[in-house]
Amino acid sequence: MADEKGPVEIVQTPVELDYTYTAGQAATRFLKGVEQGKFLGQRCPVDGLVYVASRGSSPKHGVPTGPDTVEVSDKGTLISFSIVRIPSANLSVEPPFAAISVLLDGADSHLMHVLDECPLEEVRMGMRVEAVWLPKDQWTASMQNVTHFRPTGEPDAPFDSYKDHL
Amino acid sequence: MSEAQLVEALTAPHKLQYTYKRSVGPVMGRFFTALRDEGKILGVRREDGSVMCPPKEYDPDTAAAISEMVEVGPGGEVVSWAWVSEPRAKQPCDRPFAYALIKLDGADTPLLHAIDCGREDAIRTGMRVTAKLADERVGHITDIRCFEPEA
Ligand SMILES: [Zn+2]
Repeated sequence: MADEKGPVEIVQTPVELDYTYTAGQAATRFLKGVEQGKFLGQRCPVDGLVYVASRGSSPKHGVPTGPDTVEVSDKGTLISFSIVRIPSANLSVEPPFAAISVLLDGADSHLMHVLDECPLEEVRMGMRVEAVWLPKDQWTASMQNVTHFRPTGEPDAPFDSYKDHL
Repeated sequence: MSEAQLVEALTAPHKLQYTYKRSVGPVMGRFFTALRDEGKILGVRREDGSVMCPPKEYDPDTAAAISEMVEVGPGGEVVSWAWVSEPRAKQPCDRPFAYALIKLDGADTPLLHAIDCGREDAIRTGMRVTAKLADERVGHITDIRCFEPEA
């Protein structure tokens, strides 16, 4: 067998963990909103900041958010990004692509997503972006309803408008 | 929050995977190459003459580099074991089996591997077992499919 195979230099040692993820009350409420094409958040009762998606409590004050939900826009401002160039198993997007943080209009916390329909050299902080949704008949209670974000073409948001959210 | 507002929580399967690769180095490299190409299990001889299997690149006491490989096994003796009554998908056997430390003939340290013996009462410390090789070998510890009680 196999003189031509050469000596073994590398072994594959994959680690694989199978979980059943339970979203809990807060993330379930958010995902039920996404199922309807809406981004729902919750307000901190102490300082009024709107968390999208809310984890059910204010990270700053340690109190429950809500109980009411707040609908925010599916447009927002790109406040941070990273160009991903290294491929990896299970990545649903082909590198290079821009992974972005979006501050949705009306929200005080940001979402992570992928920016597309934009040359990578034009990606910048302050860029106005909007969610691109799957056709409505394909919506499920999943963030996969949003295939990506894309530039809206509006003028950039001034730095002062998002500097407190970085 | 009042009870009326509780929603039924969503659940979904979530698979966490790390696709690690490991460089094996020259000594483990020869161990895996011999296993793949010749179906042989190799140990490494220490300065004091004892043999370690699995082999290491350095003597654990003196830290001297060691590289003299010697063939060990395929038979050996069970040093310790733990019964796995509900094997998981990626474990070496698809029926209940034992993870065991096995001191191969010619080696002075034990190798961790699986013993496929069907029932928990079919295994005991000190029992003789022998390696069963995989039909298709790729240069991985799973090239030893499992150990079985010696006939
Ligand atoms: Zn708060």
